[in-house]
Amino acid sequence: MKGMTVIVKKTTQLIAGLVFLYGIYVTIHGHLTPGGGFAGGVIIAGSFILLILAFGSDFLRLTKEEAGSTLYENLAILVVVFLAISGLLTTGRIFFLNWIPKGTPGEIVSAGMLPLYNIFVGIEVASSILTIFLALVIFKEELAE
Amino acid sequence: MTAYILCFILFLVGLYGVITRRNLIKIAISLSVMEFSIFLLLALIGYTDGGVAPIIDPSDPAKVYVDPLPQAMVLTAIVIGLATTAMLMATIIKLYRKYGTFDIREIKNLKG
Amino acid sequence: METAICIIAGLMIIGAVFAIHAKDLLSAVIACGIVGYGLVICFLLLKAPDLAIVQIVVETITLIIMVAVVLDSSREEHFAKPDRKGYMSMGVALVMTAVLLYFYVLAIGMLDPIGSGSLRMAGHYINGAVELTGSVNLVTGVVFDFRGYDTLGEATVLVTAVLGVITILRLKGRN
Repeated sequence: MKGMTVIVKKTTQLIAGLVFLYGIYVTIHGHLTPGGGFAGGVIIAGSFILLILAFGSDFLRLTKEEAGSTLYENLAILVVVFLAISGLLTTGRIFFLNWIPKGTPGEIVSAGMLPLYNIFVGIEVASSILTIFLALVIFKEELAE
Repeated sequence: MTAYILCFILFLVGLYGVITRRNLIKIAISLSVMEFSIFLLLALIGYTDGGVAPIIDPSDPAKVYVDPLPQAMVLTAIVIGLATTAMLMATIIKLYRKYGTFDIREIKNLKG
Repeated sequence: METAICIIAGLMIIGAVFAIHAKDLLSAVIACGIVGYGLVICFLLLKAPDLAIVQIVVETITLIIMVAVVLDSSREEHFAKPDRKGYMSMGVALVMTAVLLYFYVLAIGMLDPIGSGSLRMAGHYINGAVELTGSVNLVTGVVFDFRGYDTLGEATVLVTAVLGVITILRLKGRN
């Protein structure tokens, strides 16, 4: 698909990195400020969608990128399930137990396993939305040929 | 109580759109409107007068906080609504490519 | 507080009615955006910043997907005069509307007024959350620690929906 005009390309070059960094910030500070895994994941996907829409891509590169994003999505959901099962290996035998010691509330490294959950759910949601968008674009590209 | 009834009127507008419209895009939009009305109703139930957002301030232990449980349910529901809408849109694109129209009455008459 | 929510809910109803009756499909999709972004303002008034952030980004992605579907098709809705089946479905819709509204008014008579905050589990979650989960954000603590199973189900629904989208939008099968 074709890209857009020069103004859009220049603005995207300046902004896309900042949006990605903001998505990572919202994900990691999920236990201190509003946000969390879901909001941060969608923001990260938004920065990738901005890059694809502004610059355009040819067909083969889009297909390779879709293979990569499905791989990350499935790996991330597997890690979430394994983190949840790891609560069964402690002495309490509780699914989803928060067994890492919680520090003082208000620090970044606190709240046990919550930051880990936030990060992996964020990766999973970002890859899901990117895969949906890429599937749409590839469908339209394949039909246009 | 008026806010509850206005929420439900939004739900009924969406329901009217799902039942009477013949265009597939209008049906998908009406389904989305029905979901939004329920999010508003759930968030209204958990509200406390004079409360603040549910982020605990450790220096002031006597604040009144808004209930976090309906907000957690609505958070889950928003993402599930996105997944449902995306899948519905994929089906609509495929139907348009195959039959050339968005109208459900004509698709039923054509039948592949 | 309640009057502000009523005004914005009224605007959302007007937007939804316009979205259903618009003749141009692109205008209808953008009118669906009115409902979504009005909901963001309602969430901010109801002191729920977590929900406002998620709703604004999800609504943007939904609008992008809908515009991608509508953009290269014929963007008109063919308004035929409703025939007998059309009148019957309109009648069924009105009857269902009246019945549902009657039972709903009966049901919310049993609720407390808006803003009284009388849910039973609220006290337990707010008082014990910081020691039990260690997180200052109560909504994240509820979503990932007290109700983690629901979050696992939600992530599974998202993965399944992506699987469905990839399967539907595939042109070349395995030969």
